[in-house]
Amino acid sequence: MSEYLSDYASLLSQYDVLGAFWVNIQLTFWAAIGSMVLGSVLALMRISPPASMRAVGAAYVTLIRNTPLTIILVFLVLGVWSQLTISFTDDFNQNFFIYAVIGLSIYHAAFVCEAIRSGVNTVPAGQAEAARAIGLSFLPAARLIIFPQALRGAITPLGNTLIALTKNTTVAAAASVTEISALMKTMIEFRPDVIIAVFLTVALGFVIIVIPVGLLTTWLSQKLAVKR
Amino acid sequence: MSHSTASTDTDPGAGAGTRTGEPLVRLSHVDKHFGDLHVLKDINLEVSAGEVVIVIGPSGSGKSTLCRAINRLEAIDSGEITVDGKVLPKEGRALAKLRADVGMVFQSFNLFAHKSVLQNVTLGPMRVRGASKKKAEERAMELLNRVGVGNQAHKLPAQLSGGQQQRVAIARALAMDPKVMLFDEPTSALDPEMINEVLDTMVSLAKAGMTMVVVTHEMGFARRAADRVVFMADGAIVEESTPEEFFTNPRSDRAKDFLGKVLGH
Ligand SMILES: Nc1ncnc2c1ncn2[C@@H]1O[C@H](COP(=O)(O)OP(=O)(O)O)[C@@H](O)[C@H]1O
Ligand SMILES: [Mg+2]
Repeated sequence: MSEYLSDYASLLSQYDVLGAFWVNIQLTFWAAIGSMVLGSVLALMRISPPASMRAVGAAYVTLIRNTPLTIILVFLVLGVWSQLTISFTDDFNQNFFIYAVIGLSIYHAAFVCEAIRSGVNTVPAGQAEAARAIGLSFLPAARLIIFPQALRGAITPLGNTLIALTKNTTVAAAASVTEISALMKTMIEFRPDVIIAVFLTVALGFVIIVIPVGLLTTWLSQKLAVKR
Repeated sequence: MSHSTASTDTDPGAGAGTRTGEPLVRLSHVDKHFGDLHVLKDINLEVSAGEVVIVIGPSGSGKSTLCRAINRLEAIDSGEITVDGKVLPKEGRALAKLRADVGMVFQSFNLFAHKSVLQNVTLGPMRVRGASKKKAEERAMELLNRVGVGNQAHKLPAQLSGGQQQRVAIARALAMDPKVMLFDEPTSALDPEMINEVLDTMVSLAKAGMTMVVVTHEMGFARRAADRVVFMADGAIVEESTPEEFFTNPRSDRAKDFLGKVLGH
């Protein structure tokens, strides 16, 4: 047993586990912002008056939600980067990182959109009507009246999307980003002696990252409660 | 008096600057369907400035739809609706601008649940009319005091009684200095003891000269404040007369039948 522990200790000194997790956290952070922005725009489109806007929003969600994330990332790296040779920086790794953030944002924006829309559905229709009746047009009505009240209903599904995003950052390995699952593969390959410890370490790492997200959403949904 | 000076005016009716001769609200040959259901059938109605018109009729006869069509919360299929001589714009800024001139009070109040009472009343003037916060708040307090809820200004709507909420909703609509006010069954969601406080507010508004279209079954209000009663059944206007005449001597069988049921209780 103590031998196993010392083997495990050597694993941690041999590989930068924390550094790899840090990449996942950074991916999560940037893709959360990206998918929030894109998802909010999509949600706005899906509740906007013009039928064409609603159709585009709906088509995006249907298409992206039913496409595996791996395919989106591989498409970005092999299709957009390799074929079209579109680069953001000269730094090779940085470039893959940016592509991974874009792919994760595109994918999770569909879920963010649906989370916000389910929040919007919790706001009584009379709120939007009253807003229109005093002369607010669509965007101010959405920003001042609908979205602030929708947020509360959207917090839990948004939290779930954030948790899914956190775990889905491991798929960024498909875009050649050296994050934890890529490192895990390497560790399994070269240190089969501590294979169970490798799995447990990675699983525990995600638990530690994800638990605060759950606590935060519970706290927020209570704090943001709108009394009716 | 021009409409633009009305924001400093405490008399709500006086703000309605209209051309003489032209009715303030005019519906001509208005038709509306919900799918197969013909909810408004060739509606013709004119409301003059300062006039108070009551719309009465059985449930499902299209009263709400009529009311909502006047500020285009419901689009109509054919016919024409004008407010102060202008045809209702289809959408966009022009429609929003028109809606700002038409006050609406809903059965379920629809106060903005996440905003304080004061913010409910200042939001429109600040965001739509571009009023300063100070001006908007002064005016809001004046209106809230007038409807008797000035001391509740900093509470959230959910902390108020139904009657108080509906009076705030009236103040919110008045803050826009509307040319006409629409009321869709403003007291039917209220407990009986709160109905009068809202009706009193509406009566004083009517007496001050506000142009009003009111969907209500409150006969007391109709008798005290209305100039005209419009009786609707099955999407059509069946009868139009003075309140006294309508309640004591209805002409149509539909109206007699309806009044018999309502008064029978
Ligand atoms: N959004 C809608 N979609 C379909 N039918 C509706 C809608 N709103 C109202 N209706 C129907 O139109 C008719 C008239 O409704 P309404 O104007 O609300 O009547 P009232 O206010 O006189 O009770 C009713 O039969 C009602 O069921
Ligand atoms: Mg109705």
